[in-house]
Amino acid sequence: MKAWFATFVVLAVCVAFTGLLAVTVWDIAQTPALVQLPAMVAEKLSESGVKNPVTAVLLNFRSYDTLLEIGVLVIAAMTGISMARTPTLEDPELRTSNELLFALQRWFVPLMLMVAGYLLWAGSDRPGGAFQAGAVLAAAGVLMRLGARPMNFLRPGILLRLGLVLGFAVFLVVALASAFAGEAFLDYPEGWTKVLIVTIEAVLTLSIGMVLLALFVAGPVNEYGEEDDPV
Amino acid sequence: MSAHLLYAFGGVVLCGMGLGGFILLSHLLRKLLAFNIMGSGIFLILVGLAQHGGGAEPGMDPVPQALVLTGIVVAVSATALALVLIRRYYYLTGQTVLESSAESGRRNNDDDPGSRKDGAL
Repeated sequence: MKAWFATFVVLAVCVAFTGLLAVTVWDIAQTPALVQLPAMVAEKLSESGVKNPVTAVLLNFRSYDTLLEIGVLVIAAMTGISMARTPTLEDPELRTSNELLFALQRWFVPLMLMVAGYLLWAGSDRPGGAFQAGAVLAAAGVLMRLGARPMNFLRPGILLRLGLVLGFAVFLVVALASAFAGEAFLDYPEGWTKVLIVTIEAVLTLSIGMVLLALFVAGPVNEYGEEDDPV
Repeated sequence: MSAHLLYAFGGVVLCGMGLGGFILLSHLLRKLLAFNIMGSGIFLILVGLAQHGGGAEPGMDPVPQALVLTGIVVAVSATALALVLIRRYYYLTGQTVLESSAESGRRNNDDDPGSRKDGAL
């Protein structure tokens, strides 16, 4: 009886919350915006060094967000790795051997690496960029991890650490260097904008791929013979 | 009422559903899924409202798109971290629900207290 009442209260709260949110959204939709952000972005786009407005916002106008985001990713990866029970993140015993998987790997992994490179390059003037490319890179890594492809860089060591922090470190160095050179924090120097953005995007792609892959591999594995079923 | 606004209201509904699921469901994986549904709803509201253009001429607004892109990447990595934590919790306790809800669940349906499979998906 008490449980039913609690469920009812929760449902009522959720319906009230949804209604309030709907009213707010409707209200915002009817009010004309005070600041025309698209116009402001379009006006300054030629100075941003890239032609795609989303990339311009991500890596120039609001690059602070992106810097913090890759910081969050690195922290998540470090926490995930420290939770892993297995001493190596890439345990040979956990590899599968499957003919279909091998065939898929041979066709897909090179293709995926190429797509990741294309997405990274396309990001400067059309939809694409570091995040999409990093996600494709991580997916290629997952496919390789599921097959028997040994990936020594996932073992705890200098390569794993370098790969994880590379994006964040390069981004931070650029930010600090621009601050010490007399510009504001993260204000790229004149003429260097495109080079810096493409460099940062390239290292970001690598780090995002590594972070996602490390989190995939970091899942604690129960030992053989234990009664726990893998969830 | 434009098509873009429809996306925003779809996001509102997802938010409500996610909140309800997050509170009511006890299995940790279901809680995580509900939380993700809520997050997706918020992304939909952000993008839908921005595309609607606030009464002005509708067009692509890159700022919310960039924010949502950032949000998606953070959400994916946070979900992966949560999965790692849930698996660790399951390994340590053999339970897939949190402590207090495990107790109330046991009281309610008078299950075998030694069962390690309570709340299995």
